[in-house]
Amino acid sequence: MDYERVESDVLVLGAGGAGLRAALEARERGASVIVVSKSLLGKAHTVMAEGGIAASVANVDSKDNWKVHFSDTIVEGAYLGDWEMVEMLVKEAPERVYELERFGALFDRTPDGKIMQRAFGAHTYRRLCHVGDKTGLEIIRTLEDRILHMDVKVMDEVVVTKIFTEKGSVSGALGLSIREGKFIVFSCKSLIIATGGAGRLFLVTSNSWETNGDGMSLAYMAGIPLQDMEMVQFHPTGMVHPSDAKGILVTESVRGEGGILLNSKGERFMLKYSPERKELDARDVVARAIHKEITEGRGTKHGGVYLDISHMGRAFILKKLPGMYDQFMSFAGIDITKDMMEVAPTVHYFMGGIKVDPSTSATSVDGIFASGEVAAGVHGANRLGGNSLADILVFGKRAGKYAAEYAHKAAHKTINNSDIIDSIGDVTKYLNQKGENPNPLMDRLRKEMSTHMGIIRDEDGLKTALHNIREIRSKAAYIGVSGTPKFNQGLISCIELANMSVLAECMVLSALERKESRGAHTRSDYPSKSRAFKGHMICGNKNGKPVLSFEPVRPMPARLARLVKEEVYV
Amino acid sequence: MNVCIKIFRHDPASDEQGRFVEYDVPFEEGMSVLDAVNYVSNYIDTSLSVRWNCKAARCGSCAAEIDNIPKLMCKTKITSDSVTVGPMRAFPLVKDLVTDITSNYDKLRSIKPFTPGKAQSGVWRMNEDDVVRSQEFRKCIECYLCMDVCHVMRLHNTNYVGPRHVIKAASIDMHPLDSLDRSVELKEKHGLGYCNVTKCCQDVCPEKIQITDNAIIPEKERAADAIYDPIIRLIRKIRGVK
Ligand SMILES: Cc1cc2nc3c(=O)[nH]c(=O)nc-3n(C[C@H](O)[C@H](O)[C@H](O)COP(=O)(O)OP(=O)(O)OC[C@H]3O[C@@H](n4cnc5c(N)ncnc54)[C@H](O)[C@@H]3O)c2cc1C
Ligand code: SF4
Ligand code: SF4
Ligand code: FES
Repeated sequence: MDYERVESDVLVLGAGGAGLRAALEARERGASVIVVSKSLLGKAHTVMAEGGIAASVANVDSKDNWKVHFSDTIVEGAYLGDWEMVEMLVKEAPERVYELERFGALFDRTPDGKIMQRAFGAHTYRRLCHVGDKTGLEIIRTLEDRILHMDVKVMDEVVVTKIFTEKGSVSGALGLSIREGKFIVFSCKSLIIATGGAGRLFLVTSNSWETNGDGMSLAYMAGIPLQDMEMVQFHPTGMVHPSDAKGILVTESVRGEGGILLNSKGERFMLKYSPERKELDARDVVARAIHKEITEGRGTKHGGVYLDISHMGRAFILKKLPGMYDQFMSFAGIDITKDMMEVAPTVHYFMGGIKVDPSTSATSVDGIFASGEVAAGVHGANRLGGNSLADILVFGKRAGKYAAEYAHKAAHKTINNSDIIDSIGDVTKYLNQKGENPNPLMDRLRKEMSTHMGIIRDEDGLKTALHNIREIRSKAAYIGVSGTPKFNQGLISCIELANMSVLAECMVLSALERKESRGAHTRSDYPSKSRAFKGHMICGNKNGKPVLSFEPVRPMPARLARLVKEEVYV
Repeated sequence: MNVCIKIFRHDPASDEQGRFVEYDVPFEEGMSVLDAVNYVSNYIDTSLSVRWNCKAARCGSCAAEIDNIPKLMCKTKITSDSVTVGPMRAFPLVKDLVTDITSNYDKLRSIKPFTPGKAQSGVWRMNEDDVVRSQEFRKCIECYLCMDVCHVMRLHNTNYVGPRHVIKAASIDMHPLDSLDRSVELKEKHGLGYCNVTKCCQDVCPEKIQITDNAIIPEKERAADAIYDPIIRLIRKIRGVK
């Protein structure tokens, strides 16, 4: 099969916030840059982000500063976040927000004309800079605009299926142009993986179609270890009804702006689980509370609980939550200015991902960097709302910088022709009419994950899942679809299923090994937190087999430890 | 109960002509057109081409013509036992329901980017009231349904950039701290004069942006002012009214 060849200093996989910010940075530092994206430019998963970006600019609460943001992030991440990454996140987020404003983004304003900030779960102060409930869209449009007016080549609707390495350093990647059905070989000096999360490994998720964890799997296949893969964030509030809306996010801003949670008996149950922070406690706490209300029979008839904001008045709701108003009107026929919403937890975010060097975002393979949701480290065992948009900009920029610097010193390596042919064969083998349809298998995989890797886990369930996932992996050897490579949805599913099943195995293995409950990871058979597990599950790839190891959290220097209340074990 | 969904199938690389193919899909309460199309592509014919991403009406990928009306597939419920889905007709076809919308990126490139005045330093201050006007246009999810419905775009023989791009220009023009004016360029280079304010575009916009009323008409007026009445323009500028 033919292929096209393109070349750049830096190759960026992904056109979400992290990828675009990285591309911008690398270009400004003089590197030639190509951005590849599975979806169209401007449509990456980041557009869905609603509530805002966390930065302690202290426009609303003057007492806020990076130290409080640091402490909030470490504590709510259940002390698994890497202190160095968290320090960079909270110190650099304000500048990234102001920079967006200088690029042309228009945030909501305070009465004295500064950037407005709203309250969000487990943030001590009102900290989220926002654009109504469409913050992600504004970020993507602003960066998209910038990129379009720069000399950066964007190749969208191209799915990358392989990263090539040569003697331990990167040489390029293979992509399939979805629109044209043609293969593209990318030759690069350095490569940034910014492909986002993997929410679609589960049946019910707030994530977009493209979040299959491709990048994590590509990295793993290239020999890069994955970290904290058991740490999956369940957002407390996703839509439950009707069926087509299941999982769609109901932004935390609803609670941030005054919304309350009620069970079917009309009780405001968060008063019981978290008397002080109530609805605005950390996501893992609220999600478990809702889960408990539902499993103990105090849920609604569609299997959720109620969320009510109607008391805030119509004008306020239309200004602050226009997207939510519209979402419930068009998807459920419910007017949230009058009626209650029905909500339940939905898979939302991957704290885990590619293991990176905290200070440079470099991975274990020379020349490969990772940033954004695909990378692990900042959010520990539970991510605070608003910290991801900060993460993608702060670490997007950093990865761009270090990848450009690396590229300045490196040379292009030749990509082995047989590697190219083999990798193309790995895709075209799926174009086999007699093969089995990948979609029912993918459904089964998602079901396994939702059933056994959900909010509450235990050893029996996880072992069952592991067994079934391995069976699915062996069946996946026989999948195939008809048609040509051009815009062939089935072919993409085949590629994705292979990636997803690899990750699913790493995730379940990590969850089995973490015999404690911490942050988003809750084991009914090990209900408390254990000092022995204050560290990261690392899933390495040894000749195609996942191998686990454990790495303790790096101790914080005293100047930072002072800012954070000490971790307690009971 | 089943729904009969008629989907346009056409691969320009191999078929001379496209045709509508009927599929039976089991109906579920609250089902969207995208759900039904995905059912077909997941379980009946995996080679069916369809573009989607968020399934929550936020990314603008799934624009199509549903019973001949430009709509988002993920935001349109199935309400009867049959429905017809075809691709947008204002853009070249890639395959089946997918069109090539890449020309829009060139158009976006041709609009001058945000250019703040030089006096801006320190923390920028802007009034909420001034920000809101531009924010309306920033809700655009680039679904291009407005371009699909516009009769000028469908003619393919004018240089009109189209409603999406007029609101793009307007969204920057109405940024309180932007220092340029894009109205004359819209008229002279981007064929804004071809638009005869039929308002069809704002009727189909899933974000309910008042494209014609709040962007096209003001830009047309501004261009007219600038071209025919430079004095008024000067006064406006001095008063700080953009
Ligand atoms: C509904 C919703 C609301 C949210 N709200 C907030 C919020 O208010 N605040 C906050 O901080 N966070 C929020 N988040 C989380 C946040 O939006 C994401 O974590 C973040 O946007 C991830 O950005 P990213 O750049 O890392 O990746 P993404 O935006 O996911 O981008 C990934 C890119 O990689 C590309 N890609 C993937 N696989 C491949 C492949 N194989 N080949 C080529 N390209 C590929 C994709 O096409 C895409 O361009 C929200 C998430 C959701 C789902
Ligand atoms: S108002 Fe103008 S842009 Fe809108 S549909 Fe009519 S002619 Fe087209
Ligand atoms: S203006 Fe409305 S219809 Fe046009 S592209 Fe934007 S969102 Fe779609
Ligand atoms: S899939 Fe994103 S708008 Fe329909």
